[in-house]
Amino acid sequence: MPEKARLMQGNEACTMAAIAAGLEFYAGYPITPSTEIAEICAEELPKVGGKFIQMEDEIGSISACIGASLTGAKAMTATSGPGFSLMQESIGYASLCEIPVVIIDVQRVGPSTGMPTSPAQGDLMQVRWGTHGDHPIIALAPGNVKECYELTFRAFELSEKYRVPVVVLTDEVIGHMREKVVLPDSEGYTIPRRAMPQSPAGYKPYAADPQGGVPLMAPFGTGYRWHCTGLFHDENGAPSSKPAVASALMRRLNLKIESKADELADCVAEGLEDCDIAVVSFGSSAMAALSAVRRSRSEGDKVGMLRLKTIWPFPSATVQRLLAPAKKILVPEMNLGQLALEIERAAGCERPVIRLGKVNGELFHPDEVFAAIKEAF
Amino acid sequence: MAEFLSYFRQDRLPHIWCPGCGNGTVTGALIRAIDKLGLDKNNIVVVSGIGCSSRAVGYLDFDTLHTTHGRAIAFATGVKLARPRLKVIVITGDGDSAAIGGNHLIHAARRNIDITTIIINNNIYGMTSGQASPMTPHGMLGTTAPYGNVEYNFDLCELAKAAGATYVARATTYHYVLLEDLISKALMHKGFAVVEALSQCPTYFGRKNKIGGAVDTLNWIKEQTVNVKAAAALPAEKRAGKILIGELHSVEKAEFTQQYLELIARVQRANPTYARNKGVPGCELNSD
Amino acid sequence: MAESKKRFFHVIREHYCKGCSICVAFCPKQVLELKNGKVFPARPDDCIGCRMCELRCPDFAIEVHPAEEKVTAERSVNHIDLSLPPEAHHA
Repeated sequence: MPEKARLMQGNEACTMAAIAAGLEFYAGYPITPSTEIAEICAEELPKVGGKFIQMEDEIGSISACIGASLTGAKAMTATSGPGFSLMQESIGYASLCEIPVVIIDVQRVGPSTGMPTSPAQGDLMQVRWGTHGDHPIIALAPGNVKECYELTFRAFELSEKYRVPVVVLTDEVIGHMREKVVLPDSEGYTIPRRAMPQSPAGYKPYAADPQGGVPLMAPFGTGYRWHCTGLFHDENGAPSSKPAVASALMRRLNLKIESKADELADCVAEGLEDCDIAVVSFGSSAMAALSAVRRSRSEGDKVGMLRLKTIWPFPSATVQRLLAPAKKILVPEMNLGQLALEIERAAGCERPVIRLGKVNGELFHPDEVFAAIKEAF
Repeated sequence: MAEFLSYFRQDRLPHIWCPGCGNGTVTGALIRAIDKLGLDKNNIVVVSGIGCSSRAVGYLDFDTLHTTHGRAIAFATGVKLARPRLKVIVITGDGDSAAIGGNHLIHAARRNIDITTIIINNNIYGMTSGQASPMTPHGMLGTTAPYGNVEYNFDLCELAKAAGATYVARATTYHYVLLEDLISKALMHKGFAVVEALSQCPTYFGRKNKIGGAVDTLNWIKEQTVNVKAAAALPAEKRAGKILIGELHSVEKAEFTQQYLELIARVQRANPTYARNKGVPGCELNSD
Repeated sequence: MAESKKRFFHVIREHYCKGCSICVAFCPKQVLELKNGKVFPARPDDCIGCRMCELRCPDFAIEVHPAEEKVTAERSVNHIDLSLPPEAHHA
């Protein structure tokens, strides 16, 4: 029996969860601060009959993952900002062609090489809009090591269910932080698996109900002989540039995820019901923020905290509802206001949304957030 | 022989290629080779990138994967490693494989992964209407080389061989019988196999360079080549400047996915009690 | 000699043929010609059955068969709807 309670890094927790979710294929390229994920996969995957390959670059890595996923294998890669930028074209391919794949993005300071060993949260918008064209994507943001495990597992469930790339957005601190985690029992749950067709007869690889349904995915090599193309395609998978086909495809693809925004919403709220000031954050910034919020409350200030675990699709309605009592909103994040933009859009109205951005490669200290709360009052 | 057209998605024919384009000839050679070898349609995955030649896969009745520009071999690597039992074939062009996808080509060769790569080399970017490619010969014209190409082209076969490909061959759309034969051998080869098919682009390359139409461009290709066996008997001055066709390199070497399967067996033997931890999400956190 | 000569016939898929004339130019016996931009066997009796026209044809538009073979409906591809231009099917 493997031990239950373990001291582990966020990167390790992501990997353990992926293997638990049935990871069969990992392709990656070394990049700080994500590399441990590749190293652990190289060691652990063969033990469960899975495959690891170190590709020649990140473009090759995501491409190989998509190829593997097309054969029915659950596939994952991990990277950080520069590598994530390189993957964007193929992420768009996976979005359009509806191929499940999980990407762990352990964020570091950018743009460019930036500060490779320091945390940041500057990929928030890159995750959403990094590839060209409107496209569906899901991004989840763990706030601790335990959630690295849970949300990576969830990423596989969602990716398989909706046939969409899912990004687990961690950062250098979450990835390298060590916490004691009790691994769950292996009994009594099912490994996530995409819906597959029953028979090749009459199979249409992209036939789905117009209300945002997900088509059934036949694994390559099982007799379906279907065509997967990054060109816009009709229900049969045949390339098409007919305006009606293009429009129907794009609308179905985007609706597939956007219509589930509130179903997918996942956040942790504390003391928002009667707050004057709401602090909204995610990932490692939320650790300092929560500490500051609790200190303020213990001093009698009406401050609440909202931590987002689902970033994309942005849970607008949920955020709006939870933040309704707040008179001001403070958004501490390790970038210059990317989450604040979304909060403004979703819940700003007449209320000020105060940006507390930090881009120097250091984590927030609770005192900084505490001071900003004081100043906001 | 099974009905030739039965290997095609006939409702999508005729294809989009220009009159006289060699892509159809190479595609036909691949299909006839597959048919003669009796390969199982359901066990074949054909992968391509972007460009004229890469449109071939859309017409073929296999599992087909039309990917992003230059990445066909990387996608194919994922398919092959995930399911080594599949016969994985890449159809790519000179721009797709030698420019934007050059990195994947050399690394797949280095790994000796069992993928048959057919590079249709028409010396130009056809899909985007005639720009110079890494295979445009020195001094020749393209829309981005309006005064003659000042760069040099690759010898793709030498490149593949140096990178570690274990089967390397070259033929042309003129030398059809040789082309089909070499594709057959490449399909049977266990390891990374490259067949460079010199092909004509009459619309852009032939016209831009004032070679002429399809027939003239085919003749132009024919005149530049000499069979590797015949070349051995030729005096040096007659061989100079000629492109060698035929089987250029064939060696046996342990294949990548087979080695990986052996690695898995070895690791599993050493870790007999290891079971996949099927942990439920919702694990407890014992620290703050 | 005349009795022993094998005879061949040609299946032409006219709607596949783009009139590139590769088959015409490289036929060793000058069997083929273009008519209205499409290939047709002008001198089928001269055909020696080398099939180079069929093998080199980039458009899968011509097949050569021994005279004793039958043409199937599949081969003649008459079942394909020609009322749509090919571009209608493609991006």
